Amino acid sequence: MILARDQIERLAALASLEVGEEDAGRLGHELARILDFVRELDTAVTDDIEPLTHPLELSQSLRSDCVGEPVDRDRFQRDAPQTEAGYYLVPRVIE
Amino acid sequence: MKPRGVPVLLEGAKSRPQAILSHYRERIRTFNSRINAFITVLAEGEADRMPHAGGGILGGLPIAHKDIFVTRDVRTTCGSRMLADFVPPYDAAVVERLAHAGCTLLGKTNMDEFAMGSSNETSYFGPVRNPWDLERVPGGSSGGSAAAVAAGLAPVATGTDTGGSIRQPAALCGITGFKPTYGRVSRFGMIAFASSLDQAGILARSAEDVAWTLRAMAGHDPRDSTSVARPVPDYVEALGQGVRGRRIGVLENCFDTGLDPQVGERIRDALRVLERLGATLCDVRLPHLSLSVPAYYVLAPAECSSNLARYDGVRFGYRAPGARDLADLYRRSRSEGFGLEVQRRILTGTYVLSHGYYDAYYLKAQRVRRLIREDFLRAFKTVDILAGPTTPTPAFRLGEKTEDPLTMYLNDIYTIGVNLAGLPALSTPAGLVDGLPVGLQLIGGDFEEALILAAAHAFQGATEWHRLEPPGFEDSES
Repeated sequence: MILARDQIERLAALASLEVGEEDAGRLGHELARILDFVRELDTAVTDDIEPLTHPLELSQSLRSDCVGEPVDRDRFQRDAPQTEAGYYLVPRVIE
Repeated sequence: MKPRGVPVLLEGAKSRPQAILSHYRERIRTFNSRINAFITVLAEGEADRMPHAGGGILGGLPIAHKDIFVTRDVRTTCGSRMLADFVPPYDAAVVERLAHAGCTLLGKTNMDEFAMGSSNETSYFGPVRNPWDLERVPGGSSGGSAAAVAAGLAPVATGTDTGGSIRQPAALCGITGFKPTYGRVSRFGMIAFASSLDQAGILARSAEDVAWTLRAMAGHDPRDSTSVARPVPDYVEALGQGVRGRRIGVLENCFDTGLDPQVGERIRDALRVLERLGATLCDVRLPHLSLSVPAYYVLAPAECSSNLARYDGVRFGYRAPGARDLADLYRRSRSEGFGLEVQRRILTGTYVLSHGYYDAYYLKAQRVRRLIREDFLRAFKTVDILAGPTTPTPAFRLGEKTEDPLTMYLNDIYTIGVNLAGLPALSTPAGLVDGLPVGLQLIGGDFEEALILAAAHAFQGATEWHRLEPPGFEDSES
């Protein structure tokens, strides 16, 4: 099995990644090997087995609805690549 | 002089905390360039920002944190270009708890990018070298933490373990590595890779040092809804329980194929030591254990592809210059910010979660995950501890396994099942093969941390392997 270039491109689009032409061939090959390898899972009989999403069977805990730590926008935006007047700047979306 | 344990350091720190801190800072200055264990080293004064430095149950203990734990006002990279300049506005729960206990931060340790790797070769900041042989890998992903402790640059370091990332590097570097039960330690502020598998733990020289540190680290945290509200036992006090009367199941699956015969011999020797100490041994086979690696390489990439969607070049992290539009900004920031292995896993995860493949891959892997956990639970009805090798071979050479992702993935063959099942496990030094350390893995049932720490402590009381220091890195200071 090998993943064709258009399949890799579709995956990359879904994952918001840019895959160059030379990388597409290699990744198609590598992903195909990984996917072949994990097909070993088919050897297990799992007809009546519930999927396990989490190692501990936990229920979601609730917290009381009270004011916690304040949001320090200026401090948070110090890590942002580009901001202006408290907003995060991105390239123009609407022409 | 043999390396000093945490109790000795704490005693010394009462009268001369600065001397102890200076000792480790000096060793980092001397040795770090040889092994590249630290990404960021804190300057004198920077560490003193810790609110409770000096006081608390670990007062004056220097510590290194894996660079996956966010540290307020100290750069946190996760081994990635994506976060190369990220200075978090808050401390991870683990960082906060250990600071409150009195630990002083030495610096942030190198790691595989976003903890994805078993050799520390995927780090944007260059590979870490194994102090036992500088041409070999330290293991990963907590390779910097393991190498730092092994080389005596820190007495204790934190790590995270998603598929073996504490135990495997601990084994390859000849130290003790401990992964608690899933939920035992808060994941708040620990940069997420695969949330249902990630767990914070400790790399140290001995089980005793782990127990001292874990006591301060463990416990419920309302900010992590998967952290468990159960009392934290006194792990230090429990060390004295020993291993007498314990039933140890030897994981025969691990001795089947792929195990270096010399590693196998060391593990059999170690098991005989445990038997001499009063444990009884029996053979155990877990029927679905061989499916751990395939199940993991569906589930971990799936969770990673979702968790890493947040890196978009907008709010924090790397932003590619000159993007045409918003979609182009996302794509290019992610492609330039993430390394190859991270992108490979995101794509694998995207594939197994995509329409038409979800049932065949993702749901199937989750069903197999239940079978694997049930195998373990069944075994723990008749034994107290499961034991076997931590890794199939000692440390391999840099570059030896980077060409083929699958070969690299198979390094974690003995450690991954534990993460899928959520169990606590430890790796202790158990001998040398051709001058390279070998690790014995001890696995416990849910929340049986104290039991395996006591077993490892008894083993370390009867052996000297954990006291060995890599040649050239001996810590002679008394």
